[in-house]
This record gives sequence, structure tokens and C-alpha cells, in this order.
Amino acid sequence: MKLITAIIKPFKLDEVREALSTIGVQGITVTEVKGFGRQKGHTELYRGAEYVVDFLPKVKLEAAVSEDLVERVIEAIEASARTGKIGDGKIFVFDLEQVVRIRTGETGQDAL
Amino acid sequence: MKRTFSTLLLAAVLGLGALLPAVAQDKAPATASTTATTPAAAAAPADDAKPAEAAVAKAEAAPEAPAADAAAPPPVPNKGDTAWMIVATVLVILMTIPGLALFYGGLVRAKNMLSILMQTMMIFSVVTVLWVIYGYPLAFGGDGMFYGTLDKLFLKGITPDSVAATFSKGVYIPELIFVAFQCTFAAITPILIVGAFAERIKFSAALLFCVLWFTFSYLPIAHMVWYWAGPDAITDAATLEAVTANAGYLWAKGALDFAGGTVVHINAGVAGLVGAFMIGKRLGYGREAMAPHSLAFTMIGASLLWVGWFGFNVGSNLEANGVAALAFVNTFVATAAATVAWSFAEWMSKGKPSMLGAASGAVAGLVAITPACGFVGPMGAIVIGLLAGVVCLWGVSGLKRLLGADDSLDVFGVHGLGGILGALLTGVFASPSLGGTGVFNYVTNAVSPDYSILDQVWIQAQAVGTTIVWSGVVSVIAYKLVDVVVGLRVSEDEEREGLDISSHGESAYHS
Repeated sequence: MKLITAIIKPFKLDEVREALSTIGVQGITVTEVKGFGRQKGHTELYRGAEYVVDFLPKVKLEAAVSEDLVERVIEAIEASARTGKIGDGKIFVFDLEQVVRIRTGETGQDAL
Repeated sequence: MKRTFSTLLLAAVLGLGALLPAVAQDKAPATASTTATTPAAAAAPADDAKPAEAAVAKAEAAPEAPAADAAAPPPVPNKGDTAWMIVATVLVILMTIPGLALFYGGLVRAKNMLSILMQTMMIFSVVTVLWVIYGYPLAFGGDGMFYGTLDKLFLKGITPDSVAATFSKGVYIPELIFVAFQCTFAAITPILIVGAFAERIKFSAALLFCVLWFTFSYLPIAHMVWYWAGPDAITDAATLEAVTANAGYLWAKGALDFAGGTVVHINAGVAGLVGAFMIGKRLGYGREAMAPHSLAFTMIGASLLWVGWFGFNVGSNLEANGVAALAFVNTFVATAAATVAWSFAEWMSKGKPSMLGAASGAVAGLVAITPACGFVGPMGAIVIGLLAGVVCLWGVSGLKRLLGADDSLDVFGVHGLGGILGALLTGVFASPSLGGTGVFNYVTNAVSPDYSILDQVWIQAQAVGTTIVWSGVVSVIAYKLVDVVVGLRVSEDEEREGLDISSHGESAYHS
């Protein structure tokens, strides 16, 4: 089992969500985050005070998937989240030790 | 030690406040007049009598009731004038709550929003109560160079029938509405100051400082600039001299300040700058992000200020007539011009015109036109507005960097500098040659034929200088005193946490 975390541009969320549904990913968790990589921020000016804002709004989504789905999930996210412009984001894959479905108590693959 | 001291101080003030009204009520109400002048029957108009001295500047009137001749009935105020003054007073209240509250509130970080709203509402309320106890009498209650008298302490002797003079002979408004109108001015002015030390001032310090500054800077400057016995007291050269001798120090010099460029804006601007210096910079100033948390609120606040300012400026005419209409137009166009000027200047120099710039430009224009609104023509108003927009933009950027203080909400850059500019330009554009009204001579009952721009600007400069020095000195002493009694600043932890939680136990927003 793997936990796939992807940081994407916020307006791409719907596309990515649809692409994941299509390949059979049942559920995802989404958080609003701030961050930057090589994409520069912007400057804000308030009267005489200039602020360089490095942090840009992004969306983090997490999905717990079985190992056989991982390749297809990565492809799906990549394809739907890409704009070709700087700041598209990154995908991280973590090893997932245990999963439990709270309602039924199922564990492991059955809980995915 | 500080807390005991301040508790005792509060108890003393409240105790005094509770006792004195009982004492005051025993005396019979004073008769209508303290300036007994005979009706202007045969007084020869002093045409050639020293025009420079004879010319009496129109300024805020003192509320002196007219001569109580045994035969003459007391004057009855005009209902239109009275109704207008009631509305004007309400408009100025709106300028403070919520106008200024939101304008300033939107500019601070979210964690300090409530502290601004609280300081606004509380200072407004405290000063209002003090005004009707001793503020009004000391500002407008009688003759004197720097202060009035205590004759009208607790508004003693003022009834619904009491009247206050306007700028027209024989025209009066109820004194009570004059009291209320002036109260709104006294209440909003100290609130302007708190913007300079926002996000780090101790709440009790803000209140205590404002009470002291109101008593020792606002009241005397209001008296100096605006107090006189009223137009009906002037009938000939002799009575003119008498009125001048008993009038406020700056009024007597001939300073022109229609609605409070010196009394309100320079006065508060200087106090704010002094405070910014003495209280010190915010933690993280220059390194951490301290961007306004809601420019939407700031814009709403600025809009309420602009609309309410029509009450502030136009109401300062004290009656509803052509001069009021002039003040209205000037308040309209100068502000519009300043908004445009600031925005375009910002667009050109920084690349983007900002909402904060437009809102600030509007306020700068309003500040600058305040002393001028009843004296200049609309074209002069436009020039004043254009200059204010550009000069105050410099005030909040270049000048601010030069001064080096953390004047958080740019009280000096906008109110101080804008007030100085407006006060000086009033001297220029009040000239009939530049479309102004000139100066009215209450002896000849006509506009004075000669107007020297240079002379008037020099008089304006003296008024500006006096205000700066007076406010500066009082502020330094008051801040020092407050620091000793309660301490000016919150602790570092409290400042980091945010004043809303640390001083008021509340959050403005729950995310």
C-alpha cells in the first residue's frame, strides 16, 4: 500500500479529481497549503511598504492506493495537473504501513 | 504599583464626576448673554479703518448668545439650519463609528482588528462624556486666549432655548446642537492618533493619553482657532477690537480654518508622530509581513469617511446657505482630485494603482480641503486636492523613510502633512483673485476689498507652527506621564499573540 501526495495548482483540482475517479481511486483528502519551489512569488505594495510574497497558494491531495495502482495514479495526476508552466507541482510516494476503515474495522487492502 | 495608581486615578475621576453635577445644578441658569452689545443702530461703518485688522476671518463660531436687551425677544433658530446641523452631526458620528474604525481596522493584521474597533468606540465614548462636562466650556464657553471659561461646566445654563451664533448676523442655531456637533469633532480627533501606534499600544495607555491630550491640546487649539463672540458682537471698529481682544489667540491673528485643518489634522498628526517615535516600532517591523488584513474594510471605511465628511465640512458653516453649498462642492471635488492624483502618481511610479492608494488619496484630499472648504473656489479646491494626493503619497513613502518612525497607519503622512498643506494653501486660494471668498468684514458687512496672499499665508503658517509646537510639547509630556502611570506598550508576547486576544480576550475572525 502506498500513500500518494501531490502538490498541484489550485485550479487543477477538479481535473485531477476526475482523472483519479476514472481509474478507480475511491477517495482523496485535500488541503489548502502555501509553498514555492522554483516559481517566484509576487510583490505587494501597501503605501510605502513593499512585501515580497514568496508563498503561493497550492493544493495538496493525498490518496491511499494499493501498489498495483500507483503507476496509473501518478500518470493520471501528472497528465491532469500539468500546465507546462513553472509551478505545476510535485508528486510524492510514501510507503503505507497500515490502513483502517473506522466504520467497519477493516484493515489493510480491504480498507483501501 | 501602576495598577493601584491607575485604579485610584479612575476612582477619583468618577467620584468627581458624580459629585460635581449636584453642585452645578444648584445655581440658577445663566441669562442669555455674556457679551452685551447694543444693536447695530447708528454705528458708522469703518470703511477706511485699517482693513487688515478690521477684516475678520470667518472661522468656527463661538456659541455666544446674543445681547439680551430687555425689549428684544430671544432669537429663534431657523428650522432649516437646525435640521441641517442635526444631520451634519449625525454624519460626523458616522465618520467615526464605523467609518474611521473600519478604515483603520482593515489596515492592521487580523489579530489586532478588534483592538482598533475597541479603541475607536471607547475613545469616542469617553471624550463625548468629558466634552459635555468640561470640554465644551473650555473650548467655547467664554473669552480667553487659550481656553474658554468654566461658566458652562456641565452645560450649566444651556437649555433647549439657548442659541449659538453662526457666521451671519442675526442667524442662530440651538446651542445644544452646536455642543453636539463640536463634540463629534473632539471625539474623532484623538482617535486619529491611535493609528500611529497601532498593534502595540496598551489599551489603558491609549485611553489615558487621549484624555490628557484632549484636555491639554485639543481643547486649547480648538479654542485658539475657533472661539470668538460671534458676528452680532461686531458693529464698529471698537467692538471689533473688543471681540478680537477676547477671542482665541489664532482667531485673533486672522487664521482661516473652516473645519479643522489645524485643530483636528495637524494637531492629531503631530501627536501621532511623537507617539510613533516614543512608543517605538512594532516587533518585526521591516522584516515581517504586516500587510493590511482587509482592504475591503478600508475602502468601506474610507467611503464612510468621505460621505460623513460632508457633515464635517459643510456643517462647519453652522447654517444651510450658499457657503454651505460651496463647502459641499469643495469637499466633493478636492477629494475626487486627490484620489485621482494619488492613484495616477502611484501608477506611474510603482507600476500599479492600488485600492489602498485610492482610499488614501481620498482621505488626503479630505484632510487638505478641511481648512479651506468654505473659503476657496471649486477650482482652487481641485488644485488643493491634486497637490494633496501627490504630497501625501510622498508623505507615506519618502518622508516616512526619512523620519524613520513606525507611524503604522500613516497618521502624520496623511493627516499631519495634508493638514499643513491644506492650511497653507487656504491662504492662497481664499484670495478672490483665485476664486476664493476672501475675508468678510463684519464692520462694513462686506468682503474685504484687499486680500494679500502673502500676508494670509504668513498668518496660516503661524497657526500651523503654533499647532505643531503646542501639540508636540503636550504629546511628549502626556506620553511620558502615561508611560510612568500605566506603561505605553504591551509585552512582547502579548504583541505577538495579538491585541485582540491579549487585551480584549476576543478574536475578530474564526478560521
